[in-house]
Amino acid sequence: MLPFLLRRAFSSVIVIFCVISITFVLARITKGGPFDKEKEPPPHIKEALLTRYKLNGTVWDQYTAYVGSLVRFDLGLSTRYRDWRVSELLRQKMPNSFALGTLSFLIASCAGVFLGSLAAMKKDTWIDRSAMFGALLSISIPSFISGPFLIAVFALWLGWLPVGGWGTMSQMILPAICLAAPYIAYVARLMRNSLLDVLKSDFLRTARAKGLTETQAVAKHAIKVAILPVITFLGPLAAHLLTGSMIVESVFNISGAGMIFVNSIQNRDVFLLGGAVIVYCVLLVLFNLFVDVIYTLLDKRIKLYA
Amino acid sequence: MPEAAAPASIARPDGWQILKRNRAALIALGFLVGLSLIAIVVPLLLPDELKATSSASFVPPMQRAMETHATHVLGTDVNGQDMLYRLLSGARVSLGVGLIGALISLGIGTLYGMISGYAGGRIDGVMMRTVEVLQSVPRILFIMILIAALDDYVKEWIDGWRLAAQARNWSDLAANISEVKAYSKVLVMIVSLGLVEWLTMARIVRGQVLVLREMTFVTASRAMGQSPWGVLRRHLLPNLSTIILTYLTLTIPAVILDESFLSFLGLGIEDPAASWGSLLKDGAQVINPLESKWWLLVFPALLMSASLLALNFLGDGLRDAFDPKSGD
Repeated sequence: MLPFLLRRAFSSVIVIFCVISITFVLARITKGGPFDKEKEPPPHIKEALLTRYKLNGTVWDQYTAYVGSLVRFDLGLSTRYRDWRVSELLRQKMPNSFALGTLSFLIASCAGVFLGSLAAMKKDTWIDRSAMFGALLSISIPSFISGPFLIAVFALWLGWLPVGGWGTMSQMILPAICLAAPYIAYVARLMRNSLLDVLKSDFLRTARAKGLTETQAVAKHAIKVAILPVITFLGPLAAHLLTGSMIVESVFNISGAGMIFVNSIQNRDVFLLGGAVIVYCVLLVLFNLFVDVIYTLLDKRIKLYA
Repeated sequence: MPEAAAPASIARPDGWQILKRNRAALIALGFLVGLSLIAIVVPLLLPDELKATSSASFVPPMQRAMETHATHVLGTDVNGQDMLYRLLSGARVSLGVGLIGALISLGIGTLYGMISGYAGGRIDGVMMRTVEVLQSVPRILFIMILIAALDDYVKEWIDGWRLAAQARNWSDLAANISEVKAYSKVLVMIVSLGLVEWLTMARIVRGQVLVLREMTFVTASRAMGQSPWGVLRRHLLPNLSTIILTYLTLTIPAVILDESFLSFLGLGIEDPAASWGSLLKDGAQVINPLESKWWLLVFPALLMSASLLALNFLGDGLRDAFDPKSGD
């Protein structure tokens, strides 16, 4: 296990390094600098600002300066929000996105596994067909359509949940469902196909032969195996939920990390963008690692090769 | 292609028949063909005064505008433009960006996957590691950065052409070019989305090539002295065509969805061009609890959801027919 972890850590650092390099270079060759406003600042002031933020000279010089500060675990200063460190801004905004992402993650994985198993056990009945049609429907409807629709139905019409705001559990439910909806569908489809394969296998025939009911056989034996492909999907799912939240945050007016991405690109706030990308990549790498470890715990046949 | 006899496990001969029995997929196909024809033809037939901006803003559906005495079937938007026209030109842009973006990603992905799978060994290893690295890159974020980076360069490039035309006194051409410049974002979107969406296609194609290249007809062709390119083009590509078609159909809705996300956030298609995402953004901006301008949101939302649903149905139908083992 240890050599595997070490090797993974090494390759993860390389991946993050590549991503951050591409991001930085693309952001810096983009026309329009961080200090270009409608009212152009005097050249000497702009020059002084660029020097202060180490954004003058060639792109290569800027890049090496940035990597140098990253190595010292310094994410730099935001060029847009003066006197704010990138790490402070991220620490302020990330918890909201994190709460939203975690809740949708739980909804997507639990509801998806449940619906997928139900559809597989009732294959070719109306339950299966309507679950799969619902899945296709929720994949096809983007969150900026489903969001206002959910608000209209559950907040305005039925009055069960608050229209907006952020902080309490009841305020988080609608955005979390809206964010989770397409991923419930992905998980359900994955789970259904996987369970259908497992239901045909020999060990399940044995389980039925020894007198277990279908539900018992599925709950005790089949789910454990059928859930493996779903678990591989959970790593990318977690990452999708973090970036996908941009739209949901803007629809529900939540101040989170998603808007940092959008605003930092529009403001050419290169250090803030870099910091957000780093956080995202680190999370993604950690999730994937986590998934691999869980995998070995669930399926004893799989060994992690270094 | 007689020399490329289809092996049973790759392209089952009854794939098209399976598709023909899939009623949902056929209805979806009919819907998409119909929508595309309407989106191409109807805007050409609409009278010019409907298309132009006017003072008759926010006219509800099926009502005559006081100012212009024109009847707007789906109402008008903030600029007094006819919603039906905006909706259909939005469909043109959304479907067009989806199709061309998906075709670009198909080209890159197929070529990449074929080379990787056929070369095998170390080259394959490096190429697939690269795909894995790229897959761990935040996709939407990267499209955003690419668009921001490309947009100004493309605008400048188009301006260069306009100035060149002006210098030669081709005023018609110069006018046309400045008209095109308003739509430069469409081009930027297509290229950026195409450059980012090819990863799945590359992985699928490579997987198929790995199976195909062990088949006897490929070995035979190699033994007869066919060059690697010849084998790829004459024997592998025909056998890959149905699977490529399937994943093309599944990539189009993904590209349309990405485009609409970006346009909704205000980073994508901008006026005077419209797409479903930008129409929804415009609709969401003017919504307020006192006066519901529902037609600005409901029509684009319905048309977009229906089209994406149809594309996904068709894609699933194709996958069931030609790639039954892959599932999801």
